[in-house]
Amino acid sequence: MKPILEIIALHKKFKREPAVDGVSFAVREGICFGLLGPNGAGKTTTLEIVEDIILPDSGEILYQGQPRSLSFREEIGIQFQHTSLLNFLTVAETLDSFHRLYQKPEQLTTLISRCELESLLARRNNQLSGGQLQRLMLALALINRPQLIFLDEPSTGLDPQSRRNLWEIVQQIKKEGKTIILTTHSMEEAEYLCDEIAIMDQGKIIAWDTPSSLIKTHCHGSSIRLPTSALHLDLDRLPFPWTTRNSSVILEVNELHEAMNTLLDLDVDLSEMSIHSPNLEDVFLALTGRKLRD
Amino acid sequence: MNFKRMWAMFQARNHEFFRDRAAFGWNFAFPFLIILGFGLIFSNRDHQTFKVGIFPAVPLLEAQTSGAIPQTFLESNYLEFIEFSDQARGEERLRHHKIDLLIERTSPGPRYWINDSSPTGYLAEQLLLAALLPADQFPLRQLVNGQQSRYLDWLFPGILAMNMMFSALWGVGYVVVRYRKNGTLKRLKATPLTALEYLSAQMLSRIFLLLFTTTIVWFGADLIFHFQVQGSYLLIFFLFFLGGLSLCSIGLVLAARGTSEEFTSGVLNFISWPMMFLSEVWFSLEGSPVWIQKIALLFPLTHLLNAVRRVMSEGADLMAVQVECLALAGFTIIFLTIAALIFSWND
Repeated sequence: MKPILEIIALHKKFKREPAVDGVSFAVREGICFGLLGPNGAGKTTTLEIVEDIILPDSGEILYQGQPRSLSFREEIGIQFQHTSLLNFLTVAETLDSFHRLYQKPEQLTTLISRCELESLLARRNNQLSGGQLQRLMLALALINRPQLIFLDEPSTGLDPQSRRNLWEIVQQIKKEGKTIILTTHSMEEAEYLCDEIAIMDQGKIIAWDTPSSLIKTHCHGSSIRLPTSALHLDLDRLPFPWTTRNSSVILEVNELHEAMNTLLDLDVDLSEMSIHSPNLEDVFLALTGRKLRD
Repeated sequence: MNFKRMWAMFQARNHEFFRDRAAFGWNFAFPFLIILGFGLIFSNRDHQTFKVGIFPAVPLLEAQTSGAIPQTFLESNYLEFIEFSDQARGEERLRHHKIDLLIERTSPGPRYWINDSSPTGYLAEQLLLAALLPADQFPLRQLVNGQQSRYLDWLFPGILAMNMMFSALWGVGYVVVRYRKNGTLKRLKATPLTALEYLSAQMLSRIFLLLFTTTIVWFGADLIFHFQVQGSYLLIFFLFFLGGLSLCSIGLVLAARGTSEEFTSGVLNFISWPMMFLSEVWFSLEGSPVWIQKIALLFPLTHLLNAVRRVMSEGADLMAVQVECLALAGFTIIFLTIAALIFSWND
């Protein structure tokens, strides 16, 4: 499938500090592309350059194989991480105002229904809760029936119900063949929604693949957790690396099936065993480290 | 330029303004309260300009019949008499400019004291000396021809224009900076809306609101004070429209780049206060140094007030105020062009 968006050698500095340092990637049409990274990695700056909100110092951005034209803003939808609306307007008036800014907008009734805004239409923007405001922001991002949608940490601050609701909407959008570029700090969200993921750190792309391939490439093996009481043997006899934590023993194994057979041979009680397979968070930590970021 | 998009922004801003009860109310209350206050002060015929201390304290009736202080002086509308028990207390008040003149009641002269550094003391002294002159030594007194306008008639357009200035500068300059800072502008930048469409909508919305509030305040105040208007109301409305455009365009220049509300607030004060004092809102610059009068011409408010006052008091027509109209239009074009060129959506 051809890429809808190609980003080539993007650079951006703020006060001589590189925020985006030679970023290149391509996004195939109809997928959900995740951009992950710790705070300050350059995700939002990269996104805002691609969205044509800020200018890059250098680099090239191609939309459908061409440099972005004046019609680019008619074809994209954006949900910003930090933004605001006119406080004293109602939800209905806000939707109506934005609706009139586009040439071929979505029907408002469809949009209102999709983002479940029916009961909020008469409410003023400054009276909305965090989740309600995010739903309105999502509706505004979809108001022009965009082909390419940017969602910058859309689930930040949402309760589990609102987050699940957002995921369902994103899945529906994806089914319509639209392309989504998503940044998030939730690895669960990225794993659930994204078809491809690029991990950024210090302004660079340090990994880019499908979630399963990233896990396969960067994490090896699984871990088995057993209560200490289940092991009636000297731990040094175990053929795997192990650690103890809170009256449990955690075994790091490469082949899960083989490890299970070994443990059964050693007459270990597996009835309270739990298995942790590597996930995207493990990949993220493996690639970006455990040191705190600002 | 897409008028549909501009109209959407125009309506959104108007909704915002009319719903913000505090800002909306203040735009009416501020000029009304000032006009009402000044109206009450200057419509009072017993308004007293100078304060005269008298000692020793005795009932006023007794003092009026004592013969020491001329009767015409005691009956002046512009003097307020304050009694002191002794000279020391009176002198202390005079020293600190609390009173303008101190007179000893029992002196046959009479004897009086003034503070040499007080201009109002000098004027009060002249009133006393004039009252002591025999009636045949006065120059011939005649009244000026034509309808005499009150100070309030002169002041009224100044207060309306001042309100317009504050509303235009703060309502455009400060508000747009706040929108930039909180990300409202960034959200709009993500749409096909252009800077020119957005700025035009902001300016037209503010003009509409300014003219709306000015018209309401004008007719409301006129019901109470019956202002004298020799010329055309339509021309005055047009002049306020031009003045509003030029003032809003200054607001847009300030709004074009600002990212700090505190800094913008400082710049707005830096511009609005000199403009208010040098544009003859409160007092005439007649007789002031020429260079001050020339600086005053740099402010749109000066041209707006000159023109409106001439229409109000002299019945001037459009041709008579064409220079002021051209100046206001010129200011608008210059400032609006600068604003459009340097405008930034982002912080």
